[in-house]
Amino acid sequence: MRISRVLIYVALTLLAAFFLLPIYVLVLTSVKTFAEADLSRMWDLPNGISTSGLDTAWTALSPNFLNSVYLVIPATVITAAIGSINGYVLAKWRFRGANIVFPLLLFGMFIPYQSILIPLVRFLQQVNLYGSIKGLVIVHIIYGIPIATLIFRNYYAAFPDDLAEAAKVEGASILVIYRRVFLPLSLPGFAVVSIWEFTQVWNDFLFAVTVTPNPASQPVTVAVQNLAGSQIVEWNVQMAGALIAAVPTLLVYIFLGRFFLRGLLAGALK
Amino acid sequence: MAWFLARVRSDRTVAVLLVAPSIVAVGIFVYGFIGWTGYVSLSRWSGLLPDYHFVGADNYERLKDRPRFQADIRNTIVFTGLFLLSASVLGFLAAAMLDQKIKAEAFFRGVFLFPMAVSFIVTGIAWSWLFNPSSGVNLLSQKLGYDGPVPAWSTDANVLLGFDLGRIEAGIPVALLPVVVAATWQLAGFTMAMYLAGIRGVPEELREAARVDGANEWQVYRRVVLPLLRPITLGVVVILGHISLKIFDLTVAMTGSGPNFTADMPAFYMFETTFRGNHFAEGAAIAMVLLFLVATLVIPYLYFSLRREPST
Repeated sequence: MRISRVLIYVALTLLAAFFLLPIYVLVLTSVKTFAEADLSRMWDLPNGISTSGLDTAWTALSPNFLNSVYLVIPATVITAAIGSINGYVLAKWRFRGANIVFPLLLFGMFIPYQSILIPLVRFLQQVNLYGSIKGLVIVHIIYGIPIATLIFRNYYAAFPDDLAEAAKVEGASILVIYRRVFLPLSLPGFAVVSIWEFTQVWNDFLFAVTVTPNPASQPVTVAVQNLAGSQIVEWNVQMAGALIAAVPTLLVYIFLGRFFLRGLLAGALK
Repeated sequence: MAWFLARVRSDRTVAVLLVAPSIVAVGIFVYGFIGWTGYVSLSRWSGLLPDYHFVGADNYERLKDRPRFQADIRNTIVFTGLFLLSASVLGFLAAAMLDQKIKAEAFFRGVFLFPMAVSFIVTGIAWSWLFNPSSGVNLLSQKLGYDGPVPAWSTDANVLLGFDLGRIEAGIPVALLPVVVAATWQLAGFTMAMYLAGIRGVPEELREAARVDGANEWQVYRRVVLPLLRPITLGVVVILGHISLKIFDLTVAMTGSGPNFTADMPAFYMFETTFRGNHFAEGAAIAMVLLFLVATLVIPYLYFSLRREPST
């Protein structure tokens, strides 16, 4: 019994090492100087901590980092608000046809976006939003509706029906019930949806690379890929760039991890 | 009573009005656009200006004979198979071990799960550094005393267990393996979380009863816990499977198409064909094939999980 427990701890530690390895390498390489960040010396420790890689990467990426901030805030707030209303109606005000609408809405979160990209680009060009962060915000809101609705619907479905019924009998209308009864109890739901949406939008690459071909208006994921894809850029700068792009979502994960997990599992329907 | 009924009726109307914008938006931007893409795939649009001249299934016919398309189908199947296997086995083992009343459970869970918060692009950049042929894991294995031949990873054109099929060599492309490792790293934590939730949901009495019958911990898992985890495995296969079929960012960040398209993926092929090559009709056809693959995986799952729900 004792030996098997030791083996479990050994296996878990090895597994943890595997999961931490890329972060170790990212951090290690990004604090090296250009000369130290060399293929043959990848596993060697640096002589000291150098910020030159981080400085260069930040200079290159900061405009795009800001683009991502301008993108992720409105996209997250608006998607969460829409999801909350939809979820409330679908959970507590079932209307005729809801049984058809809901699965159709759900399928929308599984589709490969390649199957809508051509019309999407044509549409954005026609309404003059192609190439802009504003256009990208709208895209993320629309394609974020299904998952936000699903999470809020499951969240509100757990509220007892008597809650809405009692308010109804007292003459409160659908909107008043939402504002007075459901909205004040919605903070955890908003936390789950916002964190999910924040992570999705911040990390998105496909929409960003398709909708914003102009480097000046690209979010940070595309910029960091361009940085890494150009052969002349030093390894320490590449790794520092990747680290910078990963920091916001990692911070969210570290401080709000339990809401993050709930969003993940909700994404798996139940 | 009349005011009450009127109220209820107007509430119903308001309810529909509240969700109507979302329904219309999803209707147009998902289903309308899919229809539009489907139509483009039957046209001869190749070039910057749209050309909706109807050509039937020509694009699909041409596609099916292209070596790149055949390579992509091989790669999708091999990648999805290897990735599902490694992510679910690793995730399940992690969950089963964490279930053994481990001291630092929260720490380990946090470590296994954090890659989910990182973008595929960052994951791809970190792992392509680790799989750089003259550095990373190759260098590490040499430092540890291994001096045999090492794979060239993303620039390796070899296909393991290869045999000729159609216009390509079927088998397991070496260039895909780093992508499998990176994807597993990113998503095994999700599998772990799913399985851990499932294992914790198995009533303790059931396990206790098996132990009383003389089963050891391993037998308890095999006879009692595993059979009850089947729905979780199904969920894992569908969720990871649809992510795997759509894989795009990792391909961009790690391999591109690879030598002889050994690391190419349909999502990447579609993107290059459409937005780099301007062959819109053919790109649309690839997109429709991809949608079909995802739909065959997801629709039965949605159908059965929604039918199980009592509320709808």
